[in-house]
Amino acid sequence: MSSVAPDPPATHAPEKSWTVKVREAGVAALPPEKLLPDGQPTYVASWIYMFGVASIASLIVIIGSGSILALKGPAWWHYTGVGHFFNSIHLWSVELFFFAMVVHLWGKFWMASWRGGRSRVWITGAVTFLVAIPCALTGYVSQQNFDAQWISTQAKDAMNSVGAGAFFNLTNFGQMYSYHVLLLPIAVVGLVGAHVLLVRKHGVVPPFELARRKAALATAPSAGGEGSPAGTDGGAQS
Amino acid sequence: MSSVGVMGAIFNLNHPAHTVDWEFIHLSVANVIVIAVMLIVFVLAVVLPFPGAASRQAARGRGGSS
Repeated sequence: MSSVAPDPPATHAPEKSWTVKVREAGVAALPPEKLLPDGQPTYVASWIYMFGVASIASLIVIIGSGSILALKGPAWWHYTGVGHFFNSIHLWSVELFFFAMVVHLWGKFWMASWRGGRSRVWITGAVTFLVAIPCALTGYVSQQNFDAQWISTQAKDAMNSVGAGAFFNLTNFGQMYSYHVLLLPIAVVGLVGAHVLLVRKHGVVPPFELARRKAALATAPSAGGEGSPAGTDGGAQS
Repeated sequence: MSSVGVMGAIFNLNHPAHTVDWEFIHLSVANVIVIAVMLIVFVLAVVLPFPGAASRQAARGRGGSS
């Protein structure tokens, strides 16, 4: 008579599904207290740190006013006062967006904000700026007026001179309008989202003085060390 | 006079843009003004104290939190 032995206990962990892997990687990179913090380092209490969020605020107004204009169509603003109002909101929020983004860029350039493993933060910000330019310029050729005609016929020569005219036809209103209301805004919003998540992951870049003191503390002998002096830890919450 | 007419009297745009020319640089006055305002805002943002920044720094110096 033979007997069947029970299965030995499993010695390896069951294989994780891709959803579990993605969730664990996401939580490891951006734990909730990092993703939605309730405080910022003390050095962030400066006006120069305000222009990034000013850019995002402008972008929200751009998307909101642009969505209303898209609902009513590109000619709406020509024959109604309300349409003209929303068109002006859209235009001036774009002006503010670029104004704030340029000051933000200057501030971050002089802070060398790619320090401390933040190169991807810098790159996504720079690419956002570059993609936002054609996103805005395609708006000029979507105005449905003589200004749009003048700009499109002038700009098509620039595109043709660099060999891009076959792919990017400034006189094709449908193509330009699609770029302006869908493709390029998706790219800008996606890049801004990635930029913000990377800032949350790596933290706001500290000023040079703090970075220097932090490096000095890291290399100093630990004997007698009582922790970092006030304002030097770069991660102090206010 | 309509409100549009009043605004038109303040800003007469019915002419070619005034430009600033220096060597190869060719800019409209409107763009020069915007660039100048951006530079002024940048400098002010660096030098002006942020409300509450000093008290927060002092609180951290005392080892407290705010």
